[in-house]
Amino acid sequence: MAHLNVSDVTLSFGGLKALSNVDMKIEPGLITSIIGPNGAGKTSMLNCISGFYHPTQGSIFYKDKELTHASPHQVSNMGISRAFQNLELFSGLSVLDNLLLARHQNLKYSFFHAVWFLGKASRVEAENREYVEDVIDFMELEPYRKSLVGNLSYGLQKKVEVARALTLAPDILLLDEPMAGMNQEEKEDIVRFVMDIQKERQITVVLVEHDLGVVMDISDRIYVLDFGEVIGSGTPEEVASNPKVIEAYIGED
Amino acid sequence: MNKNDELLKYSIPQLLRWRVSQTPDRPALREKDFGIWNAYTWKDYYDYVRKTGLGLKALGLGKDDTIAIISDNIPELLFVAIGGHSIGCISAGIYQTSMPDEIAQILGYLKVSAVFCDNQEQVDKVLEVRDKIPNVKKVIFEDPRGMRNYMSDEWFIDITDIYKLGDEENKKNPELFESLIDQGKPDDVCHLCLTSGTTGLPKGTMMTHKNYINMGVKITQVDPLEQTDEYVSFLPFAWIGEQMNSFGVAMATGITVNFPESVETAMTDLKEIGPHFMFGAPRIYETIRSEIWLKIDQSYWLNKLFYNYFIKVGLEAADYKMTGKSMPIGLKIKSWLGTQMVIRPLINQIGLLRLRRAYTGGAALGPELFTFYQAIGVNLKQIYGQTEITGIAYMHRDGDVRPDTVGKPLPGTECKISEDGEILSRSASVSPGYYDLPEKTEEALEGGWLHSGDAGIIDEHGHLIVIDRLSDVMHNNEGKMFSPMFLENSLKFSPYIKEAVIFGNKEDYVACLINIDPIVVGKWAEDRGVSYSTFMDLSSKDEVYELIMEQVEDVNSRAEKEHFKIKRFALLYKLLDVDDGELTKTGKIRRKFVQERYQNLYDSLYDEGVDEKEVEASFTYQDGQSTEVKTTIKFFTVKGV
Repeated sequence: MAHLNVSDVTLSFGGLKALSNVDMKIEPGLITSIIGPNGAGKTSMLNCISGFYHPTQGSIFYKDKELTHASPHQVSNMGISRAFQNLELFSGLSVLDNLLLARHQNLKYSFFHAVWFLGKASRVEAENREYVEDVIDFMELEPYRKSLVGNLSYGLQKKVEVARALTLAPDILLLDEPMAGMNQEEKEDIVRFVMDIQKERQITVVLVEHDLGVVMDISDRIYVLDFGEVIGSGTPEEVASNPKVIEAYIGED
Repeated sequence: MNKNDELLKYSIPQLLRWRVSQTPDRPALREKDFGIWNAYTWKDYYDYVRKTGLGLKALGLGKDDTIAIISDNIPELLFVAIGGHSIGCISAGIYQTSMPDEIAQILGYLKVSAVFCDNQEQVDKVLEVRDKIPNVKKVIFEDPRGMRNYMSDEWFIDITDIYKLGDEENKKNPELFESLIDQGKPDDVCHLCLTSGTTGLPKGTMMTHKNYINMGVKITQVDPLEQTDEYVSFLPFAWIGEQMNSFGVAMATGITVNFPESVETAMTDLKEIGPHFMFGAPRIYETIRSEIWLKIDQSYWLNKLFYNYFIKVGLEAADYKMTGKSMPIGLKIKSWLGTQMVIRPLINQIGLLRLRRAYTGGAALGPELFTFYQAIGVNLKQIYGQTEITGIAYMHRDGDVRPDTVGKPLPGTECKISEDGEILSRSASVSPGYYDLPEKTEEALEGGWLHSGDAGIIDEHGHLIVIDRLSDVMHNNEGKMFSPMFLENSLKFSPYIKEAVIFGNKEDYVACLINIDPIVVGKWAEDRGVSYSTFMDLSSKDEVYELIMEQVEDVNSRAEKEHFKIKRFALLYKLLDVDDGELTKTGKIRRKFVQERYQNLYDSLYDEGVDEKEVEASFTYQDGQSTEVKTTIKFFTVKGV
């Protein structure tokens, strides 16, 4: 049984079909990549899953819950979190504050407790910090705990973005081009983290990525999109030998 | 006899046990983990050492087995080392930056039976050379992250599994550990410390329990420490300085050793702890100074104004403080005001407010850096010593700090200068020798004295001045010693001089060839309307000669000894270059090669009748082609030498 089941999803903006009849099965515990040329609909697919867009047709199920028409916060509460391609961080806050803030939905205590910082409030905040510290340790962000996000390099901000998604303790992590705009060294660094996220934390990873080398190296499953349609899927070897995929990427000779 | 001299009868584990009987509940170690400082009391420390020691024993390790440690500074490293010492093992530190092949060579040379690594990075290096190290029975790791694929391999073991083994062993036989500790003797070898070999493989210096404890005791006889004092452990453990503190000083005084969260956070952690004393290589002090400058630069105008004024006052006052002279009352008041208004808040930002003493060693520190630290109220002192004498032989005393010396011998350390000018020392901290290298041992400890290989002189205040490596010093015709590098560095202190080559071995006087700095001198010439085309042209301008003459005369006026003075010099028509083989890849001068290549210049330097000479200059370009140009070189004699 697939973890996340995307069936027959079509997304239209007026006359433009961003996605048409897409079927995808995201298996638990694997790294599944979505690749394709620019404008193929990769980010639209992630937007449908994470509730920013709602498919015009078709359905998306997570385990047995339907999230076709769920809002982003509902999706996030179900255990699917996302790291954005364009960083969605508070640049005026420290790394620590950004991560703590991401867990606001876990802060369930009353106004009274909050005012006096008593009992439940202080306990929940401490647990919260503990979880965040665990993520900081995991992502090796210790030296930047107190640094303002806006002052960090782009590569580090990307890492903070991934960390922010991780603090939500997701079952499925959607990564939208985590390596875009990075140099080789930073890419290798992020790849190591993506693999650790899958193996050490047992999180299912859905990766949208341009760098084919990286995708081929670390993915268990690949879906190839072109003009909103799935033109190939399977293991990296299967995809690499798929004539349709080769055509989409290299063109006909 | 001082009261803490009695500690010399213990081995390191015995001293730890004694420490537990004195202050069981005071924090011994503190580590930042997940953003929180967690403390281990002396009792906890001892418990962990017992677990680890007995666990290692359960793995089959015992007397004279060697455990190598490749790790960042974490408490577990001390548990493994001292746990090992408790059961008669010998620890050895390997730098975390070592490459796999290097590690294999060292593990082979020291006949290592087990390796402790802090994380997967180090484990992977050991794994890579597994075939070459058949002696290694176990690889112990601390951080299980990324180790999932190795779990099935019996070669690896998690440190927590060792604790479990140790606890089981202790339950079976509760007296065992104490009896094992009792067997240790202060003169047993407990650690092998690698000394950087300039040629080939490093040598493993054998260190005894007594070496370390004696060092801890003697340092604190000069500079006392309190049990409440804090120390931040950020030097590499493989370096003698760190072992000296965590094995010697901490045990002898009961201070708390703090471990930073990671190497990158060391400076922030330093600020949080606010240590009372610190050790470091000059680079650390340079970094801290840059940080101070940066902070001032980013500050607003009033702060800058006050800082710029009071740092001058501080520098002036520092001169008095370092020599122990009494300050004029006006300066005293200004200095006090500056300390309260600017300096104290400033160094509090860096975490140095509580610092009573800071030590620098390992390499020479610029005199101006010294004065700077004294000016901001940090009592920075120079130490001098080798691994073979557990780090320190000479040290500055409070109120007697001279930037150009390394101070006086530690109590109980005998020191003398040999007839060749070599610095010799003898103390209870001198190592019994090198592991498995009897010839080298014989060489280093000839006649019962530790031969440093450094040339030095004792000045009129009884302070030692280190000149250079003994193999690099020269002797003039009268047999008087001088250091070419020392003189070259004094010359290069001038911004106009880029490179200088000093000659004078077995000659009547010191002479040198000088490279002007093309950028600085070029700018200087432009400002004065002196026109020039090439470097060669610039080097032959009379104005430039006059400029350099001033620089040389300035160096001569500061010379410690009469025979250090430079008598004749010439400006070389080309920059010394790596491609021409005149410099090594690291930028050091290949003196012999330079002398041979410029033999005719050398001859003229030592022929006082020659004022100028026509030479054919040859250049080699990067593509290997070469050309020859004719030029005239002038030779100058400095007056009054």
